[in-house]
Amino acid sequence: MPPTKTTLDKSTMFSPLFDDETILSPAAWVIIVASMTNVACGILGCFLVLRRMSLLGDALAHAVLPGLVLAFLLSGSLSIGVMFAGALAVGLLTSVLTQVVHRHGGVHADASMGVVFTTLFALGVVLVRRYASQVHIDTECVLEGLLDYVGVAGMNSVRIAGWEIPRQFVSILPVLFINIGFLLVFWKELKISSFDPALASTMGIQADVMHYLLMALVALTAVASFEAVGSILVVAMLIVPGATAHLLCDRLGWMVTVAAGVAIVNAVLGYWLAVWADANTAGMMATLGGGIYVAAVFFSPRHGVLSVLARRVRHSLRILCEDILAMLYRLDELPSRPSLSASDAMHAVGGGVLARWGLASLVRAGHVARAAHGLELTGDGRSIAQRLVRSHRLWETYLVQQLGLPLDHVHDPAERMEHFIDERLQAQLADQLRETSTDPHGRDIPGPDTGDEQTSGGRTER
Amino acid sequence: MSGLGVTEKVMIGTTLLGCVAGMIGCFAVLRRRALVGDMLAHAALPGLCLAFLITGGRNFAELFLGALAAGVVGVALVTFAARWTRTKEDAAIGIVLSTFFGFGIVLLSIIRRLPMGNKSGLDTFLFGQAASMRNQDLLVLSGVAVLVLGLLTLLYKEFKILCFDPDFAAAQGWPTVWLDLVMMATLAVVTVVGLPAVGVVLMAALIIIPAATAGFWTSRLGPMLLLSGAIGGVASVLGTAVSSGQLGWYGSTDVSPVHASNLPTGPLIVLCGSAMFTISMLLAPDRGVLMRMLSTALMRRSARWEAMLRTLYELDESAQTRPAVVTLPSVINERGWSERMARRWIRYAERRQLVERVPGGVRLTAAGAMEAAQVTRAHRLWELYLLEGANIDLDLTERDTNSIQHLLGPDVVARLEKELREQGRLPAVRAV
Repeated sequence: MPPTKTTLDKSTMFSPLFDDETILSPAAWVIIVASMTNVACGILGCFLVLRRMSLLGDALAHAVLPGLVLAFLLSGSLSIGVMFAGALAVGLLTSVLTQVVHRHGGVHADASMGVVFTTLFALGVVLVRRYASQVHIDTECVLEGLLDYVGVAGMNSVRIAGWEIPRQFVSILPVLFINIGFLLVFWKELKISSFDPALASTMGIQADVMHYLLMALVALTAVASFEAVGSILVVAMLIVPGATAHLLCDRLGWMVTVAAGVAIVNAVLGYWLAVWADANTAGMMATLGGGIYVAAVFFSPRHGVLSVLARRVRHSLRILCEDILAMLYRLDELPSRPSLSASDAMHAVGGGVLARWGLASLVRAGHVARAAHGLELTGDGRSIAQRLVRSHRLWETYLVQQLGLPLDHVHDPAERMEHFIDERLQAQLADQLRETSTDPHGRDIPGPDTGDEQTSGGRTER
Repeated sequence: MSGLGVTEKVMIGTTLLGCVAGMIGCFAVLRRRALVGDMLAHAALPGLCLAFLITGGRNFAELFLGALAAGVVGVALVTFAARWTRTKEDAAIGIVLSTFFGFGIVLLSIIRRLPMGNKSGLDTFLFGQAASMRNQDLLVLSGVAVLVLGLLTLLYKEFKILCFDPDFAAAQGWPTVWLDLVMMATLAVVTVVGLPAVGVVLMAALIIIPAATAGFWTSRLGPMLLLSGAIGGVASVLGTAVSSGQLGWYGSTDVSPVHASNLPTGPLIVLCGSAMFTISMLLAPDRGVLMRMLSTALMRRSARWEAMLRTLYELDESAQTRPAVVTLPSVINERGWSERMARRWIRYAERRQLVERVPGGVRLTAAGAMEAAQVTRAHRLWELYLLEGANIDLDLTERDTNSIQHLLGPDVVARLEKELREQGRLPAVRAV
């Protein structure tokens, strides 16, 4: 009968973190071990994500099984050092075999990885059933980890200096330091070989060596984390914080830091949630990690789905507004000066919610005024429209004069380009063209915007 | 069917599974989605648990549908993430795999605390117990096999084009997104159906290994499908046979993985498949490693031999008196070989009676002069052609003597010969 979990004392919001017998209470130990494990995996996993080797983490997590079993069979002990050695050996073996199958067998990378690690895993299961079945290898533990039982006195703990320290802590602590140390020492090499392995090789930084070192550390970290979170969830801890950070940051240093932060949040919040729902802690951490990732997918300020959508809408709106202004300007140029009603204007730019929104924003910004006969350009609106139409006609002139396009081909490109020609480009165009008073269709090209103070000789500099 | 013993049932069941998994696996591997099988196998867990919680029973069909739904949702999420976010496809697969599985573990831990009835259905999905295959499981497997085969026959052309040229398919107006979804859904069905038999990780193996093995023997889709199915079937048969050969297996109803002292079926099937993969990787003609090494070595040998003959001819050609005496140092100098290699080739030429030993070195015999002339002629024709027609550097030309007539045609050869003759470099060869 497994010991019951420490329950969260909701009356005080915080479980007692200190305890006479084990220094820290089980709750504290769980949080500490979970945080350390998550961070150790997460910072390494950043590089797996960047190098598109996320599934290698999955592969290693499965493939180490035979290594562990063989190490146990050969040494007769389940001590941490032995397990590490077995894991390292198989971790490197997996990477090497995958490369061999991929390069010499000509099989695609993901299929070769799949072949190698499933074979090794099958081998591991066979070995376990055949030779180690008398050892109580709890399948629950293999899959789900023992995080829930960390810190309970007597359960998987090691006596150090008279105190009971959970075994998982002892195994993850050196790994965490090794990982951090590895990152600090090899930062530049990792950076280059992750983003541009060819360049790294030409600079004398062995991309292959970095690769195998990284693989070895991943295997080591995976094994150290197994006892806490089980084999599959190690994959979550490796990849998910890194992938989340990837969505939030553009620079490697920030990415690793954010990944570590996300990892800690996963650990702490995951634990509370698990206690609240009375569910498996490691699973809850993985689920929460997924939830945070999804949140980042949608809400990341720069790369999130919603941000990209918002940017696109803003962009469309701007173009739409400018189209309305230009349309009004052109109508004013005609001798008959027809008026444009609001609904006609909205219809002309495509209608719908966006058009209504655009018109409203124009009115709000004071570029367009609603009059009795229809819409009217204000002074500000007129100067914007003038600039647009000038850009349009300069571009048309450019296309005809310099590129030799026929007359009926220039309007559409100019329609699109006019929104992206700023004053500097206008000035360059005006410079280049022979004549800038009329466009190829015979219409006047409006002069440059004279609204700015620093005008001299008709050219405005930004 | 009730007359069948346990072993036979298991064998039929796993063979069916192996064949079907092999066939659908071809598509997964060809579309670089080999590990989606692994993902589906893991992502099925929360679906299973939710189905269990909702329906509360051990009804296989309901659990199966739950698992399938979760798998399909997983695939959809991977596609969404890979297409609309910065996350790459492999990371997306890993994220879905692990977080879904994590959620499944959460649900599992909740289920375990509930005072519900039989939870063994869940366990079989997790660990796979081929030993507990029953008649209705066989029926389900057969049904799925028929379905998959039917689908593959119906949509063969569409799947083929989707695998090899999806852009073309899209341009031609085929609904590639839907076809892709159907393909993935089929994969999901096969994966989930196989879970009770072989367990999570090993199902992934059954999808990848036979297809990858078949890839060594053929590059055409039709033969690859059939071969892959066959390999999957054979691996299953062998694996089951080996596993059932162990003592104490017959009639064993104790399916707890901890107490079984026999070799489990699922992993053995996988190991048989891997053995076949390794053998194929080494020995398959054309694509096998050993075979390629052999053919490369043979080609290198033949190239060296022709180079030897050419050297003999050229040394003879440029000498004052013909036939000239060719010395060892001059061969070494000309070809840049080591002394040992030069000696070896000269000895070989001697054995074939193309040169004879004279004081000071060797000399071409009549037969030798003829053969050397032929080789040199072909070589120079090729050189000229490639120089003029293809602007390729002299040093890179190592052409097969015999192919020039076939490949270039008599007209081109005649023209080249004329030019060589004008340069004074056309070796005189008696008409063959």
